[in-house]
Amino acid sequence: MTNKELIIVGGGPAGLAAAYTAAQTGCHVLLIDRNPQMGGQLIKQTHKFFGSEKQFAKTRGLNIAKKLISDVETCSDRIEIICDATVVGLYADQVVNVLHNEKYYKYHFDALIIATGAGEKMLAFENNDLPGIYGAGAVQTLMNLYGVLPGQNIVMVGSGNIGLIVSYQLIQAGVHVKALLEAAPKIGGYKVHASKLRRLGVDILTQTTIQRAIGNGCVNQIETIELDDSWKPIKGTEKLIDVDAVCIAVGLSPLYQLLAMGGAELKYVPELGGMVPIVDGLHQTTINNIFVAGDVAGVEEASSAIVEGYLSGLAAAAKIGYQQPDYQKSIADYQQQLKNLRSGPFGAKIRAGLKKVEAKTNA
Amino acid sequence: MLDKTGVATPEQVKSRFPQPEQLLKPKAIIECYEDIPCNPCSTSCPFHAIEIGDDINNQPQLNVDLCTGCGICVTSCPGLAIMTAEIRNNLAIFKIPYEFLPYPEPNSIWNGVNRDGKVICDANIVKVLLTNKQDKTVLVTVSVDKKYLYDFVTVRNKNE
Amino acid sequence: MRIFKHPILDFPKKKVIHFQFDGVEFSGVEGDTIASALYANGIKKLSESVERHRARGLYCAIGNCSSCYMTVDHIPNIKTCVTPLSEGMIVESQIGKGVIR
Repeated sequence: MTNKELIIVGGGPAGLAAAYTAAQTGCHVLLIDRNPQMGGQLIKQTHKFFGSEKQFAKTRGLNIAKKLISDVETCSDRIEIICDATVVGLYADQVVNVLHNEKYYKYHFDALIIATGAGEKMLAFENNDLPGIYGAGAVQTLMNLYGVLPGQNIVMVGSGNIGLIVSYQLIQAGVHVKALLEAAPKIGGYKVHASKLRRLGVDILTQTTIQRAIGNGCVNQIETIELDDSWKPIKGTEKLIDVDAVCIAVGLSPLYQLLAMGGAELKYVPELGGMVPIVDGLHQTTINNIFVAGDVAGVEEASSAIVEGYLSGLAAAAKIGYQQPDYQKSIADYQQQLKNLRSGPFGAKIRAGLKKVEAKTNA
Repeated sequence: MLDKTGVATPEQVKSRFPQPEQLLKPKAIIECYEDIPCNPCSTSCPFHAIEIGDDINNQPQLNVDLCTGCGICVTSCPGLAIMTAEIRNNLAIFKIPYEFLPYPEPNSIWNGVNRDGKVICDANIVKVLLTNKQDKTVLVTVSVDKKYLYDFVTVRNKNE
Repeated sequence: MRIFKHPILDFPKKKVIHFQFDGVEFSGVEGDTIASALYANGIKKLSESVERHRARGLYCAIGNCSSCYMTVDHIPNIKTCVTPLSEGMIVESQIGKGVIR
């Protein structure tokens, strides 16, 4: 078994950012990702990002990924990267088990950062398992990574930022977005994204949901229904729409499984997307020297994941003896950035959720 | 209305336009109607005409006198929520962001589209600009009849 | 269907890779996963569910959800959404839990 100073699980925005700041302190990092390439979901994000310059605002997501990857590559003497490798075990004696090329490898770590991200939620409706019904992330992956169209005529379900942005990306790729459904009375994501779609002629139907999918071997029609103010379906408002694809964008939930295996205290917090770890102000979980960063700690925008990564990387490195002279100042800057990103009305849910997972040790 | 359909009300739209006499020179029209954490419009403006302040959730405020209508903010806004507008004789002239193929050709006639996605007029494509700095967001200069000043928002290919 | 022209992304021409799906010859391109190649060929039903034999396609495309399991080169339960396509692969719809030979 090999000993590693800091192991980071997940090479998305949070993991890459964490590897970079940790390596800057002199700490040696092993960064593990299960995909053939680093960057997580950022590599499929074709839109320009919000936020401020510190979080690479107005840069397209895929170019932010390139920047974060190249930052990590400048520290190749201190950051070792293994792609195509899945961390399948986390044990109490600070050991992880990694599956890579059909072989298992065990590593002991001094500190660990879990940055596994989030997975897509599903929506319950009749025949929701028909091929042609995808998660929004899958549609992005197919289109923007592999250059394959998910269909020609699609209905999007969910008006959060992901649903709005992926609809726009579908139109850029030449797909006809026939409608965007939202069960709530209001559009969930940024209105600027919604306005972009509306001026392209996309119908945004609030208080409307998908009731069932129809098709044999593949979806070819869906039935929508309107909802009343108490979210009950209104009989007689059913409509059929011909489609060859349906995209489900009803949110993400944190991929907490490794944390559960390790025994970190978890809590169900709907505002953060599901099961999330209890953490302190430096993103350390209830297990000593195990930290988290990004969506696994609560689903947010990628901008926040990057800043959380920078913060956790520094904090984890400091915890095992790599404390920089300006440590406190840097941490305070990252905390302030996160506060800024979360301080508006759109951050209200996140703020409420994060309050529920702050470790008691903070008090 | 904006909350439900994505379409701003005519009052919201007008509130973002300077007085017509100020539009004899191009000015930025910033259609950012909610507090979201974002500030590239402000940081990209070479004339410091767009103020957001320390809290990046604030909505941008345009200083009309400082704005030259250069259009840099138009392609910097991640929400594609900014255009410039100018009144010249009987024409309203806009610079709008565009991210679809095919790009409009200068001197061609495209459909002018309103915020509700409806075709409302002919739009004459004046100029199409794409530099590296714009990062694949094309800046299209387009003229329409002046009476569509508050309605026009984008262009659409006649064949669509 | 493949995307050839895109306002933001470049999709350059790539090397063709040949494979078999349920005994029929198909082709994908370098960089494809098995599932992306099948979807590019218009094949959305990859397998059937274990008990009720309902059609299964890909749902998450990032190896999370297990909806895309197929038998590849006679090995069952391969996550085809994240497994790179390679020349000469024999890809089969998986009916049931699969058999390890």
